[in-house]
Amino acid sequence: MQYMLLIYNCERPEPGDPDFAESLARVNAFADECRRRGVFVGGHPLQPEHTATTVSVRDGKALITDGPFAETHEHLGGAYILDCRNLDEALELAALCPMAEVGSIEVRPIVGVPGLDHSPASVAATSE
Amino acid sequence: MSPVPVLQQVYGEHRGRMLAALIRVLGDFELAEDALQDACTLALRKWGDVVPDDPIAWLLTAARNSAIDRLRQARVRREKLPQLAGQLAIESTMTDIGADSLLRMGDERLSLIFTCCHPALAEDARIALTLQAVAGLTAAQIARRFLVSESTLAQRLVRAKRKIRDAGISLEVPADHLLPERLSGVLAVVYLIFTQGYTAADDQPEHRTLRQEAIRLGKLVATLMPDEPEALGLVALLLLHDSRAAARYTQAGDVILLADQDRLRWDRAEITEAIGLLDRALRLGRPGPYQLQAAIAALHAQAPTADETDWPRIAALYAELLAVEPSPVVALNHAVAVAMATTSEEGLALIDRIDGLDRYHLLHSARADLLRRLGHTAAAAAEYRRAHELATNPADRRFLAHRLHDLDRQESR
Repeated sequence: MQYMLLIYNCERPEPGDPDFAESLARVNAFADECRRRGVFVGGHPLQPEHTATTVSVRDGKALITDGPFAETHEHLGGAYILDCRNLDEALELAALCPMAEVGSIEVRPIVGVPGLDHSPASVAATSE
Repeated sequence: MSPVPVLQQVYGEHRGRMLAALIRVLGDFELAEDALQDACTLALRKWGDVVPDDPIAWLLTAARNSAIDRLRQARVRREKLPQLAGQLAIESTMTDIGADSLLRMGDERLSLIFTCCHPALAEDARIALTLQAVAGLTAAQIARRFLVSESTLAQRLVRAKRKIRDAGISLEVPADHLLPERLSGVLAVVYLIFTQGYTAADDQPEHRTLRQEAIRLGKLVATLMPDEPEALGLVALLLLHDSRAAARYTQAGDVILLADQDRLRWDRAEITEAIGLLDRALRLGRPGPYQLQAAIAALHAQAPTADETDWPRIAALYAELLAVEPSPVVALNHAVAVAMATTSEEGLALIDRIDGLDRYHLLHSARADLLRRLGHTAAAAAEYRRAHELATNPADRRFLAHRLHDLDRQESR
């Protein structure tokens, strides 16, 4: 089962910060562990909230606002997608993730919706 | 025997195992429960004059067939209404539901207990689910015992069961490296169930059954995991607590302290059983918090009178418990045991070093008690007053008021 690990409230050091190299090495070691177990699907760090733009369409009109959808104290910093045996493995890896020591990680299963086609365009094109 | 009592007997005795096996193969609590219910309904209709040779096998096969029917119906509905989908995982298990694989299964109750006590579920959901799925209590019974409405409790159960299914909570006994932590989670749930039946001042039959369920659950875990000394230790501890249940309160519901209890009212059979289990646990050579607490309770249980209590050994056991499970409450119990084993001054000095229990009434009443023994009546009265302010349980408050009253009388003499 695939799980998304949503990383909240975790400051990311920038290149040039004194702890950047160490932090990068630890995050890479975490990804190595995920690959070693064969569960790594992807990891997606996000730009900070000040870059967020929110879109909603009402009555056919796209409404665009500056900022994240919810003004809360919980800042989504990125996500991993891991293909784990069960929730135990996903929780175990979330606890191994270095970001869990600073922020918090929400583990959510990815749902299989029958008939939903989310294959990348190139695959769809070649299969025709 | 006619079919109805046979069905009642088989269901009563084997419900847990049948349900556990069905949950394991179906991967879905609600489907398993519905299927077992269908099987029983069918048995009532079909068994007529002749009860099958192996009623359990018959029920499991019928439940399996009903589950397959229910899954088919769900698929038909889903094909008509594609937006109702989302049960792909269940469908893929359908092919695995062989009748013989179900009948060949061993005891699946252990994995069921671990699933019900999974840390990804809220604590109240773990308790409710364990009592329903493993112990076989109805939602109404659990709701009554935990003083919540039946609909709240039913909701809690449904949500937990769906989370288990949809979040991929494992239906197996956890992997070895997770086992110690997860087992202590299971034992904690059993202990919480017991406590719920032990803390109320009025000893209603409902409380007794809750304690018995907890002891039964603890024994089930200890039987299924015979090499786990903490499971045995927990059962011993629960039995020792339970052995004193009848002696803990006066008829009027007032607290009777351990030292003042009528020891003839302690349940000797439970004490003997507990000590046997504790010996077995200790022989495994891996002491832990439950075994240490049981050893302490056993020393109290074995003392013919309060004055003959082996306080030096109790103090030493509390010191060991403090080392493995440091907590201010354990430190307080240790201090009191030291006071009893040595002098009140030493006990008071230890109490003064405890942090974080300033609002705990038992800390103040312990201090009051030691001050009283040392003849510091005014200081003792002040501590009893503070304890009385902080206590919330009516029986505790009455007890502290009595103590205060006695002290005032002493002083005015």
